[in-house]
Amino acid sequence: MSRLAATFGRLREAREKGLITFITAGDPTLAATVPALNQLADAGADVLELGVPFTDPEADGPSIQRSSERALLNGVTLRTSCEQVALFRRENDTTPVVLMGYMNPILALGLEQFAQLASQSGVDGLIVVNLPPEEADELRSVLEPFDIDLILLVAPTTPLERIETLANSGSGFLYYVSIKGITGADHLDVTDVERKVFSIKQVTDLPVSVGFGIKTPETAAAVAKVADAIVVGSALVETLSRTTTLAESLKDIHELTSALKRSIRAC
Amino acid sequence: MFRRRAGDNELPDSTGHFGPYGGRFVAETLMSALDELTRVYQDALDDPTFEAEFKTDLARYVGRPSPLYEAKRFAATVGKARIFLKREDLNHTGAHKINNTIGQALLASRMGKRRIIAETGAGQHGVATATVAARLGAECTVYMGSTDIERQKPNVYRMKMLGAHVQPVDSGSKTLKDAMNEAMRDWVTNIDTTHYIIGSVAGPHPYPVMVRDFQSVIGEECREQCLELIGQLPDALIACVGGGSNAMGLFYPFLNDINVAMVGVEAGGEGMHTTRHAAPLNGGTPGVLHGANTYLMADEDGLILDTHSISAGLDYPGVGPEHAYLKDTGRVRYETVTDEEALHAFRLLSESEGIVPALESAHALAQAAKTSECGNVEDVIVVNLSGRGDKDLESVARLDGVSL
Repeated sequence: MSRLAATFGRLREAREKGLITFITAGDPTLAATVPALNQLADAGADVLELGVPFTDPEADGPSIQRSSERALLNGVTLRTSCEQVALFRRENDTTPVVLMGYMNPILALGLEQFAQLASQSGVDGLIVVNLPPEEADELRSVLEPFDIDLILLVAPTTPLERIETLANSGSGFLYYVSIKGITGADHLDVTDVERKVFSIKQVTDLPVSVGFGIKTPETAAAVAKVADAIVVGSALVETLSRTTTLAESLKDIHELTSALKRSIRAC
Repeated sequence: MFRRRAGDNELPDSTGHFGPYGGRFVAETLMSALDELTRVYQDALDDPTFEAEFKTDLARYVGRPSPLYEAKRFAATVGKARIFLKREDLNHTGAHKINNTIGQALLASRMGKRRIIAETGAGQHGVATATVAARLGAECTVYMGSTDIERQKPNVYRMKMLGAHVQPVDSGSKTLKDAMNEAMRDWVTNIDTTHYIIGSVAGPHPYPVMVRDFQSVIGEECREQCLELIGQLPDALIACVGGGSNAMGLFYPFLNDINVAMVGVEAGGEGMHTTRHAAPLNGGTPGVLHGANTYLMADEDGLILDTHSISAGLDYPGVGPEHAYLKDTGRVRYETVTDEEALHAFRLLSESEGIVPALESAHALAQAAKTSECGNVEDVIVVNLSGRGDKDLESVARLDGVSL
């Protein structure tokens, strides 16, 4: 069984909500990435999303844009992002890692080469922000033999009949984008999210995670009531780059992650 | 309403692909808006009142048809061929960009969207968008890289006069591509109220086909004018290519005229032997940016490269997907012209014809000069003079060491 399936199975059995954390590979430094992943897992993150920096992150808000820019200055690419996952896997063989990024670096590496590299590195899933299912057939077919899930996004603007299509062509889990907007935005409406997640649940058995705009344990708890897992990104990225020493940053993200996990565990 | 090319090879296909290029590579949030736009556009095509409104606006507001003018002194200076200029610089707001914004403004009204956003490089598309927004009484925000704001000041002030908010973009290279990223972020956030008027034949489906259709009035008129004025079709069409909307507009109605050669001119910047250019069709590789699969300036890791051109309107790492297709099929030849060659043509047309061209269009003029040099006296070349150069006077003066 894949690490993602095992994790969501374990959560379901324990009637526990999952916490998915996002940081960008190589931000604030390349040396921080593996220790940060370890901290997140240790503090209770169930799935680790690792952002692959891109020059033109058109769906991301200011926090993740800046994070991406810092990582690019550190020379981080899709290849080095995979290397970080491989290094992390030497210490942790159970927590699923999902790469999240944009299509062009994957095309530049070559779909087949990417699938091999990701698999060898211990990557479990992939989210490509600018790849709707209509354009995803080729990538999905090269990922399948390696058991790498292609995780699709559902938006507040996605009509009901399209949610079914997305549910049928995605795997691993569905990622519900909780706002019309970019990552880290401020106007999350919990009632709206509830309604939409409920209708997604009607058409799929895939776990539904909710992200974009969840920053505090309070929002996390409210959203976790309806979702199988929540995703926190911008808040962690900001915390990670706020302090000057690595030790302090690691302590801070550990604290935030523990608080988030505590707040949703009981939901 | 728009005359499509005959035959089974009508492109794009229903999913917006030109061969392997084009498509829709966007965040899920935008998919339903693109579906809606495609539907509304299709309905408009089937609706004679839409065609009538569009044509009336082009005639009475834009001032079409634009003349086809024979530039005899310019032609005599540069070579042997006869050179005609399609005078898009004479349109209201001074460039071809208004043809598209008029069409998209009509669609925005049909969708009931009261807020308009746009990206702009040289500012011509921004001005054309601010213009139609003023006419609609719609709120308008134009995203513009801070580098471009610096080099196109007159247009920035024009947009403000027209009631638009010009939002400086400081991320990345601070030019057109970053303005487009920011416009897409705005659109995702305000999707219910906002129509995004993309200014080129770029972006996700249906923009490349829709903008081409609106701009193809250039080629339709030009074809008729050639037959009327010189009794024949031209031997060659030449247009500059950034995103490629003026070129697509001129070329499209001639694609089936196999004896008409077509040349798209990319910005060679400081030369193709350097990395300082903006010529993805000549120096790039296929990839995905801003919603489409097309030729891009990117490094081996797929990261988008900073581009350079003296002309803000051509300073873009991508190109419309139909151009990518036309390059691969060989129907259109794509050449490059350097900053220096473009500047020379800019001055030459000003001095020989009393027409100050946009620096973008000056790239096409420079290519026409090269083509004419080794051509014949009976050759007829049509250059798309896509815009006027008033906006560039300050930049050119600075190069001359003059401060205005």
